Amino acid sequence: MTTLLADPQLHAQAAQGVQSAAWLLIAFPLAGAAILLLGGRRTDKWGHLLGVAMSLASFVVGVAVFVSMLGQPGTGRSRVVHLYQWVSVGSFKADMNLLIDPLSISFVLLITGVGSLIHIYSIGYMSHDPDRRRFFAYLNLFVAAMLLLVLADNYLSLYVGWEGVGLASYLLIGFWQHKPSAAAAAKKAFIVNRVGDFGLSVAIMLMFATFGSVSFQDVFGHASQASHGTITAIGLLLLLGACGKSAQLPLQSWLLDAMEGPTPVSALIHAATMVTAGVYLVVRSHAIFELSPEARLLVMIVGAATLIAGAIIGCAKDDIKKALAGSTMSQIGYMMLAAGIGKAGYVFAIAHLIAHGFFKAGLFLGAGSIMHGMNDDVDMRKFGGLRKVMPITFATFGLGYLAIIGFPGLSGWWTKDGIIDAAFEKGGTSGQILGWTALIGAGITAYYMSRVMFMTFFGERRWDEDVHPHESPQVMTIPLILLALGSIAAGAFLIAGDRFANFLAPVIGAPQVAHKLITPYTGVVFVLMVAGVAIAYVQYLRRPVPRTAPAGSFPVVAARKDLYGDALNESLLMRPGQWLTRLTVYFDSRTVDGLVNGVAAFVGGTSGRVRRLQTGYVRSYALSMFFGAALIVGALLLVRL
Amino acid sequence: MTGHYLVLSAILFTIGGVGVLIRRNAIVIFMCVELMLNATNLAFVSFSRMHGTLDGQIIAFFVMVVAAAEVVVGLAIIMAIFRSRKSSSVDDANLLKY
Repeated sequence: MTTLLADPQLHAQAAQGVQSAAWLLIAFPLAGAAILLLGGRRTDKWGHLLGVAMSLASFVVGVAVFVSMLGQPGTGRSRVVHLYQWVSVGSFKADMNLLIDPLSISFVLLITGVGSLIHIYSIGYMSHDPDRRRFFAYLNLFVAAMLLLVLADNYLSLYVGWEGVGLASYLLIGFWQHKPSAAAAAKKAFIVNRVGDFGLSVAIMLMFATFGSVSFQDVFGHASQASHGTITAIGLLLLLGACGKSAQLPLQSWLLDAMEGPTPVSALIHAATMVTAGVYLVVRSHAIFELSPEARLLVMIVGAATLIAGAIIGCAKDDIKKALAGSTMSQIGYMMLAAGIGKAGYVFAIAHLIAHGFFKAGLFLGAGSIMHGMNDDVDMRKFGGLRKVMPITFATFGLGYLAIIGFPGLSGWWTKDGIIDAAFEKGGTSGQILGWTALIGAGITAYYMSRVMFMTFFGERRWDEDVHPHESPQVMTIPLILLALGSIAAGAFLIAGDRFANFLAPVIGAPQVAHKLITPYTGVVFVLMVAGVAIAYVQYLRRPVPRTAPAGSFPVVAARKDLYGDALNESLLMRPGQWLTRLTVYFDSRTVDGLVNGVAAFVGGTSGRVRRLQTGYVRSYALSMFFGAALIVGALLLVRL
Repeated sequence: MTGHYLVLSAILFTIGGVGVLIRRNAIVIFMCVELMLNATNLAFVSFSRMHGTLDGQIIAFFVMVVAAAEVVVGLAIIMAIFRSRKSSSVDDANLLKY
């Protein structure tokens, strides 16, 4: 409780100076999206330039805010920018506020920085697409929504951003909606995300019912007074939301299909930023998770299971983007695992998230550069020997590759080793299990990434005859180079000297045990990494790679089919759902309709017989009137007597 | 004494009622209806006399006024039917049925 009270997140001051202009962070890309979408074809000529400018402007504001934050004392860095009162109904109040603290500004810099590079890259990548303007409008919309997500100071505003990035993701996955597969993938992503969003929305309702408020300040400040069951329920519901957005088991199935979208989208949304929103949610809500060991344990289990499942799927995919998507799942599993460990893990979760933002965005953009040169082919079996013809792509992809497998000194080594150590330091049997899972995952990571590397850039050339690979234009290679620099340096910059841990400490607390760079497991990780690379070397470099995929053993087939995730969803959810609808249709047509039709037939049939009384003979009417009158008179007499 | 008038009224009403029920000629039925109306008028006036009030007599006047108006409309309808069908039998005008 003392640490909570010392948490400056709970009593943030009003922002001043350049920080009070932080609303411009969101306003720039939002204005860009509005102009491009409302302006229509008139903006086709310069639309992409406006999109890039708006993203860069947002980045400049982000840097200015960050610099001014560095000038403030370490514990007073949480500032609130009050924009306006959004909802005020009875006791329920929700303000549109921006919370600027070390955690949110880290995300702001990642989103706008990597986002701007991807915007620039997209100028070249989408140059032949007639709908390039619409593409940039959606990208700007995404950046605005993502910034709202990380800058919100209450769960309701966060939810707006959360849904906003979901919408942008849907629009961008289905950007080439004339392809049925892209349209289906967009729908799948949206629907699977609904399941997670449902969890988040119920969590927010539960918070309001428990605390009477949805702001971070009130919820975290009073979390310790709520019952343990309530806090655990909120934690589990938040985890459900995080699983949907971050493609964690059991809501992972949409991410691999999401690769139908243009490659810059896969880099920005489905690798660097949006899919990490779940990790942000868990770390931001650490006050809740710290009170519920059960919820935290489940976070760790989900993370560990996903990191292995994603890695296994990544091993079997021949589609370069899907192999990278499996890898994204796996790396976010690492982040989730770290976020579940607690204070010792948060900083590594966020550091790995940022490092991953650099190297995975670089890898995806590299894959896009390769596709650009290979007539949009994604089948790695038709690549091979590209290092000579695409030297810059090869170098940058290679650096991203070394970073992700955890080659000593590069980004991934600093952050991933930190996660593995934190898992072992957690202690107990669960710590051992989680630690070894993360270790084995690191070995598999080295294997599948080496496989991608060898099949794409080394070996003999297995290209189709009409393919003439070439290096991409500078507008695409310069972002690649900048991201590669991030892949090299981000990890060391963040982790060395506990720089990032000290920066984030006011928000998420400091780890109890100081992080040691070299631990007993460092060597094990390195050995497993070398083993993974060596196996891939033997399988894919020493032996020729067949152009058509071999039949494969059972595990290979399972991994190619995403470990039967879709089959599971189909048999557990889709088919019973269809049966249910069929049953209700049957019930409706037989029982409900039967009842209604039966009553109508009864009334119709009876009146068909009764109407025969209407003979048209006036005298018979007079007789019935007579009898009626006699009846009434008789009844009156009877009552009177 | 007034009791005899009531008996007469009842007899006239019954004759009118039976006439309405068994006769086919519209004019005759119409006359029978008038007979029934006048039987009720007689009853009204008799009761008025019995109770020593004017209410019954006033209602009798109302009945006469309404009956006069009814005769005008009714005879006009009968005339119209007779012109188109060359018959005043109510059994012939039986088109409005099931």
